[in-house]
Amino acid sequence: MMKAQNVIEVDNLSKLFGDFVAVNQISFHVKAGEIFGFLGANGAGKTTAMKMLIGISSPSSGKATVAGFDVYKQAESIKKNIGYMSQKFALYDDLTVKENITFFGGIYGLSKKQIDQKRCELVEELGLQEVTNSLVASLPLGWKQKLAFSVSLLHEPKIVFLDEPTGGVDPITRRQFWELIYKAAHNGTTIFVTTHYMDEAEYCDRVSIMVNGKIDALDTPKKLKEQYKTDTMNDVFLKLARG
Amino acid sequence: MGILVKNISKSYGKVTALSNISLDVKPGELYGLIGPDGAGKTTLFRILTTLLIADKGQATVTGFDVLSDYKSIRNSVGYMPGRFSLYQDLTVEENLNFFATIFGTSIAENYDLIKDIYVQIEPFKNRRAGKLSGGMKQKLALSCALIHKPKVLFLDEPTTGVDPVSRKEFWEMLKRLQQKGITILVSTPYMDEAALCDRIALIQGGKILEIDIPKAIVGHFLKPLYNISASNMYSLITSLTHYEHTYSVFPFGEFVHYTDKREAMNVEEIKSYLVQQGLTNIHIELTQPTIEDTFMELAK
Amino acid sequence: MKRFVGSVRKEFYHIFRDRRSLFILFGMPIVQILLFGFAITNEINNVDIAILDQSNDVTSKEIINKIAASKHFSILDIIQQESSIESIFKKGKVKAVLQFENNFGRHLIKEKQATVQILTDATDPNMANTISNYISSILKNYQQELNNTVSIDYQIVPQSRMVYNAELKSVYMFVPGVMTVILMLVSAMMTSISITREKEQGTMEILLVSPLKPFQVIIGKVFPYIFLSVINAIVIVLLSIFIFNVPVKGSLFLLGFESILFIITSLALGILISTISSTQQTAMMISLMGLMLPTILLSGFIFPISSMPLPLQGISNIIPAKWFIIIVKGIMLKGVGIGFLLKETLILFAMTLVFMGISVKKYKIRLE
Repeated sequence: MMKAQNVIEVDNLSKLFGDFVAVNQISFHVKAGEIFGFLGANGAGKTTAMKMLIGISSPSSGKATVAGFDVYKQAESIKKNIGYMSQKFALYDDLTVKENITFFGGIYGLSKKQIDQKRCELVEELGLQEVTNSLVASLPLGWKQKLAFSVSLLHEPKIVFLDEPTGGVDPITRRQFWELIYKAAHNGTTIFVTTHYMDEAEYCDRVSIMVNGKIDALDTPKKLKEQYKTDTMNDVFLKLARG
Repeated sequence: MGILVKNISKSYGKVTALSNISLDVKPGELYGLIGPDGAGKTTLFRILTTLLIADKGQATVTGFDVLSDYKSIRNSVGYMPGRFSLYQDLTVEENLNFFATIFGTSIAENYDLIKDIYVQIEPFKNRRAGKLSGGMKQKLALSCALIHKPKVLFLDEPTTGVDPVSRKEFWEMLKRLQQKGITILVSTPYMDEAALCDRIALIQGGKILEIDIPKAIVGHFLKPLYNISASNMYSLITSLTHYEHTYSVFPFGEFVHYTDKREAMNVEEIKSYLVQQGLTNIHIELTQPTIEDTFMELAK
Repeated sequence: MKRFVGSVRKEFYHIFRDRRSLFILFGMPIVQILLFGFAITNEINNVDIAILDQSNDVTSKEIINKIAASKHFSILDIIQQESSIESIFKKGKVKAVLQFENNFGRHLIKEKQATVQILTDATDPNMANTISNYISSILKNYQQELNNTVSIDYQIVPQSRMVYNAELKSVYMFVPGVMTVILMLVSAMMTSISITREKEQGTMEILLVSPLKPFQVIIGKVFPYIFLSVINAIVIVLLSIFIFNVPVKGSLFLLGFESILFIITSLALGILISTISSTQQTAMMISLMGLMLPTILLSGFIFPISSMPLPLQGISNIIPAKWFIIIVKGIMLKGVGIGFLLKETLILFAMTLVFMGISVKKYKIRLE
């Protein structure tokens, strides 16, 4: 059954703010375990579209299901089945690593035992043994982002939404971050990611590019580069967004 | 009479932000400070714009000392801080007008200089700055920093969080400003922007890793570098990470950038190792290191 | 000059585009003065009371009629037994019960002394106190009339008259206090918040790296608030005159001058607060805890200074509001001139200079 494999299905989804069409009838689907890059210029409607998919903004028209749940009626179920991490807010700076993990495990309804087990695994994997009782504020940005990503996976969501997760992070940590993403995808988690680093677009299985509220291109990076006869995703993006 | 930085150090309590930094920017140069967040770029900018006092070392901007002559510096530089620092509740035009008046000038007087940039946001001149998109905010901030015809322009991460199109336009504007004789010191976390500067300093952890022209900086990467691709990216990375001869392996676009510990490496040997690991469609070729490769190698 | 005008214009844009500050600026004064004027007043009107008249003679009846005639009280019930007093209080129907002793009239005439007990519901102690004062004064009035007309006794009844608030109108007392609080709030809190907002948004960085001198930055930011505070002061005085009929006995010009002085004192305090706080939140907390509370509690606005413990009386001397309240009361209610207020005026002036001096010293020409 092909349909069951699509964890995100979007059909003619639109969002209007007054007369302004922020998202204009976009349609796409994301398969289970896929790394889906969601690109677009500032103000192209990426954030608005993402907000509708994670159930915090109601669409004006169209259909969409996320993890099998309807974005109109089952927003609460969606929230339970997804992970979310944004550059702006990820973890509480004034709580320790341990407290953050416990808190976020708690709000997703994990038992104390599960949280303890997950925490040990996570601390081990990221090599945070030395700093479990340090405030998150004292960690380097790259560590924070890696930790935030792992925390968003605590409740084993089917899909993780990442909103510019690597902004400002140093190149080495950025790659370590992507290795974490690959691993999560390898384990069956679907990744939905936005980024301004075009080399990161190449890491995605498929990429969509939004221009003025519409999806103007959607394919694998390789095919997009062939189609637009360029060597890099950066040039694909420039060709599309500059019109 | 550009910018001269000599042995500057600065700490905040126990945290060292800059340790013994030296660099010189020639007049009319477009100089890039390339490094991630937390590298110390903002601290250096604040010292040079006379907002902070260094613990050690000297610095001059257009010949004026940052300590004793701070007033002269404040009259002759333009500064665009990292965060969008204009009045969100004022319109585009009101912001520009305000900055023009506090510098004792008017939009009309220096319109030539900002014209290129300002025409792009002029259609929105009655919109509040807080309602602009990222790219437009950047252009407005640059216009405001230029309104008094500064000799030196300090731009702290002007393109962070901005999409590739706006970034490209922004760099084109910087090039044109440079032609008008303005010295520009710009910082960025995007390595691909480094190639657009006349000279760059790679900075991480408060230390300068290397200073050179962009083309020469990759010369500091000494090992042969290989592009490797295969059917499954994740297995490719994990396989290579566990390979005994691996010196470094980093995902890089559609490839993995690989260097070997040995002087002379055998491509066929790696290939057969990867086949053994169950990978297919293996492709290996020699490639040129980029600035980012160099940065990672130096930062190791 | 152009720079100054530019800064001021920009500051006005900020103020008029921020609904919250607009409300604090113009909504608060009106709301506060009306609130204090109408609701939180010590004046009593039509308070329900009950009478237990065990004497039931001419004298007691006359007194009861007098009380019933006053607009302050209405007699809800005449009860017959002492035992009903408790139940009527419990029902919460009345605030006071007036109990005349047996043979009240006879005692008064023969023994020159008779007792009325005023029982008040002290769950609201202020109210209880006021009620009992009002009733006592009615009784006193009656006694006086009695002495004037029928008494052969030349006994002098002590007369107590409230000099500056003869009608016992509490709103008179509140106006100077509310005016002080509002001017303090608008001037100190709003300026400290607006300066720290620039720090928080990062715009202060750009202003610092500009040829603007620190005092130009500050004056540009503060000037609009002087203007707005003066408007506020005028609104308050107009409201007091036309809605609450509070007289301004002294010179309006002098009142204006003193108000501007106090506004500048508050602004200086606001600037001082902004130099020690880096976020709007801190500025607000310091303004509220460090300025508003002492201004309300220790300035003599609500609690009389003379009844405070000595250490607090000492502290009240360093609170600018105390001196301004004395000045405003003096001008509005007593009608005195500058000659009588010289000391207070000079104290305010000196305080302003000190605050300004510290601010200038503390003001940072750099970050950190």
